[in-house]
Amino acid sequence: MGPVIQPITKDLIAQHNLTDDEYKKIVGILGREPNITELGMFSVMWSEHCSYKSSRVHLKKLPTTGPRVVQGPGENAGAVDIGDGLCAVFKMESHNHPSFIEPYQGAATGVGGILRDIFTMGARPIALLDALRFGGLDHAKNRHLVKGVVAGIAGYGNCMGVPTVGGEIVFNDIYSQNPLVNVFCLGIAHKDKIFLGTAAGVGNPVIYFGSKTGRDGIHGATMASDSFDDQSEQKRPTVQVGDPFTEKLLLEACLELMAGDLLVGIQDMGAAGLTSSSCEMASRAGNGIDLDLTDVPRREPGMTPYELMLSESQERMLMVAQAGKEDECIRICKKWDLDVAVVGRVTGDGILRVRDQGKVVAEIPAKSLADDGPRYDRPYSPPAYQDMLTNLNYDALPDVKDANAALLSLLESPTIASKRCVYEQYDHMVRTNTMVRPGSDAAVVRIKGTNKAIAMTVDCNSRYCLLHPYEGARIAVAEAARNLVCSGAEPIGLTDCLNFGNPERPDIMWQFVLAIEGMKDACEHFKVPIVSGNVSFYNETNGLSIYPTPMLGMVGLIDSADQTMTQWFKQDGDAILLLGKTKEDLGGSEYLKVLHHREQGSPPLLSLDAEKALHDFILNVIHDGVVRSAHDCSDGGLSVALAECCISAPDARRGAVVRLPLDTLRRDALLFGESQSRVVLSVKPEMVDQILNRARDSGIPAMKIGTVGGDRFVIDVEKGQWSEGCRIDLPVDELHDRWAYSIERALSRT
Amino acid sequence: MKIGVVVFPGSNCDHDCQHIFKDVLGQYVEMIWHKETLLAGLDAIVLPGGFSYGDYLRTGAIARFSPVMGAVKEFAKGGGMVLGICNGFQILLEAGLLPGAMLRNKSLHFICKDVSVKVENAATAFTGACQSGQVLKIPIAHADGNYYTDPVTLAAMQANAQIVLRYCTPEGKVTPEANPNGSLDNIAGIINAAGNVLGMMPHPERCAEAVLGNDDGKLIFLSMLESLKRNKKDLKMIPA
Repeated sequence: MGPVIQPITKDLIAQHNLTDDEYKKIVGILGREPNITELGMFSVMWSEHCSYKSSRVHLKKLPTTGPRVVQGPGENAGAVDIGDGLCAVFKMESHNHPSFIEPYQGAATGVGGILRDIFTMGARPIALLDALRFGGLDHAKNRHLVKGVVAGIAGYGNCMGVPTVGGEIVFNDIYSQNPLVNVFCLGIAHKDKIFLGTAAGVGNPVIYFGSKTGRDGIHGATMASDSFDDQSEQKRPTVQVGDPFTEKLLLEACLELMAGDLLVGIQDMGAAGLTSSSCEMASRAGNGIDLDLTDVPRREPGMTPYELMLSESQERMLMVAQAGKEDECIRICKKWDLDVAVVGRVTGDGILRVRDQGKVVAEIPAKSLADDGPRYDRPYSPPAYQDMLTNLNYDALPDVKDANAALLSLLESPTIASKRCVYEQYDHMVRTNTMVRPGSDAAVVRIKGTNKAIAMTVDCNSRYCLLHPYEGARIAVAEAARNLVCSGAEPIGLTDCLNFGNPERPDIMWQFVLAIEGMKDACEHFKVPIVSGNVSFYNETNGLSIYPTPMLGMVGLIDSADQTMTQWFKQDGDAILLLGKTKEDLGGSEYLKVLHHREQGSPPLLSLDAEKALHDFILNVIHDGVVRSAHDCSDGGLSVALAECCISAPDARRGAVVRLPLDTLRRDALLFGESQSRVVLSVKPEMVDQILNRARDSGIPAMKIGTVGGDRFVIDVEKGQWSEGCRIDLPVDELHDRWAYSIERALSRT
Repeated sequence: MKIGVVVFPGSNCDHDCQHIFKDVLGQYVEMIWHKETLLAGLDAIVLPGGFSYGDYLRTGAIARFSPVMGAVKEFAKGGGMVLGICNGFQILLEAGLLPGAMLRNKSLHFICKDVSVKVENAATAFTGACQSGQVLKIPIAHADGNYYTDPVTLAAMQANAQIVLRYCTPEGKVTPEANPNGSLDNIAGIINAAGNVLGMMPHPERCAEAVLGNDDGKLIFLSMLESLKRNKKDLKMIPA
């Protein structure tokens, strides 16, 4: 089998992150000891990243079906029907580990990977969103990571000509050693022209195309399945290097190949490269593949079968063509200046057989490699520290006195502040579909050739998830849906990117299991299926884990693009309405973190019934054309939501005069608490009565709280049952200045 | 009219330009692969934005060697109308069809946002539908839009009214603050001395439909069509 037979030692097995039991299972499958190439192939395919071995038993609980679902989890991406014979194909993926080690390339190849997942399905990508988590900007290292990741996303996405239309960024020191880079992509495909990763048809040729294979990224999947320590930066060589120009050629070549009647199946070479693409395609079809490495295009001589099978060089694809159509496939690839070679044939024996220079170097049942990896139902239990987190004595916290200062501090806090200096580095308009640009509740793109538009959002409040994983996950789903609804869209599908710590720890596994339960309950209630996703465990450094971050990417459909809604006030004199009930919900709020430096308490309680009723109502009034703006209340509560309505419009800023009854609440809970299921609307004055009546009929708490206009932002809080009132009164320009340039100022520090 | 849109490897605004001329303005559009060497029957050629050849080496530096560029030069030499947008402008500079060069943006970042540009010369084939001094809101999206040329060339262009578009404030003032990328003399778009080749960094194809909230850019395309129509009429005046 190779000139030097490397003995498989215990050390070698451990280096491949395989346990003794897993190794025994491999020996059982093969009926012999594996060679080094086979060991490597098993180690990547059975890594947490590729096999979902700790998560699969729980992921099964998630709702994945529905009338619109065309493709659920298990393929390169999910797909939902949007009518007109079209599908929205979307997925979100993490590239956390590489982005910490090498932020530019880590983020860039994250974008490249998710784009391939989408166009592999036959969909032209039309939108990208990014959900990012970093530590605080007062640390130089974090500023370096932010700049590198943003430049990497821009460098790749801009060159590809796929607009980055939205996203979110949250800053918290818990992410200093484990930043999160989650990239969402959506494409549009014809419903009857969806391509799958299948190696059907014995005798069909297996064709490699794209970039050459190099030594980069070997064991990337294994790295992403391990925690970090102080030596992690030495893992830089396992981070791949992206070439968006080649990917652009690959995209156009793929779509041209798919337009002809040439292909049987296609899959990108992402994590675990040639190994995963070949064995997964074979396994899905119940077939085998006979692969000959001799003709695999290579960047350098002397690469071993081990390296060729495990390389994660970017911008590579594997297709199974119809027999006899090889030449046409090769012609199209060459037109786009891509490397291309027939590297194998589909076989009927179910074996992934790898040859190099005429010799068999690996022989593994494809199904065993792809699907028979270990499954663990890992023990889980709530951590001892959980009570400490949730118990918070509010009486010991003084109520807000200077509400002006508190509001300005919140608007300036990087999590809430405008992300303009980031998204201006992303081309967010190419393809000329962007109707709502970054900076509103959701991004909206029109679908050319139809009257429709698609709204997209990515959301997760990980502090809520830390304090109560079940509630936090339910709120993440609810907030994502609320963001879509406020944009005029009906939620139709969801993708997830579940970022957690080390699943071998029962407390982390407990967070994971509860978060899944929460997502499940909320998704079932809103009837939004989860069609694709990704799990990223081991986001942990030196034993310190990130907050549980089940990031959600939700997609909504706007049947008539002219019903698209934005969050900012449109017209002086319009009435401001608040829908939903404000309760004493300070737990886990951004206010407590920024003003009291506490990340404690219980997150707000969410009623799924109330939330759903609110969504239905908002969609109705938007579709009836009686609403001028709609904005969801989230981080920073009602006063931040109102301020954003005044200052976030791309063209004009507007003032507002608002009066709020305090009743039995604390002032800070009223102004900055984060009660769920609340939306701020602005409407023409003559519409107020109609909307309030309709809200009452729908059982939704609603009241008129103020009027748009002027150049000041005023909130008068009336004296309540227990507390004095207070007043926010600030020039709108000052709010805007603190909010708009905060991140730019923080990043420019050296 | 028959509009040719050139597709270089890495062009990514080619579909957007096709969409405007074909779907919005109802013209016939031919997509021209960069390896073509013969261009026949075209009324105008568009070099679209994007990252031709990945911007490797220098923006537009490799694209100018594409086989199609010989034919584009011939077309321009014969008075044919050529519009270069963003990367297309950069390619026109590298190909010598327009004077000057692009430097990295002053901020060193890619910038994507709406900017205001002032129509300094409304008597060109690309701006005839605009008023002189009119302010257009058009987005930019580039990392290398910091136009530079030598003082002699600049003076000549100024004297010939070849500077067609300048970055300005929304009120139309040409100020350093309104300059998004450090471009010399706030230059956003220039035309050749013969008046048939225009390069501009802002993307008019991104703001030519009301559904996207802004259709200022449509004026550029309408100007082109009007000018082409005028010229065709002239042709028809010759008796058969």
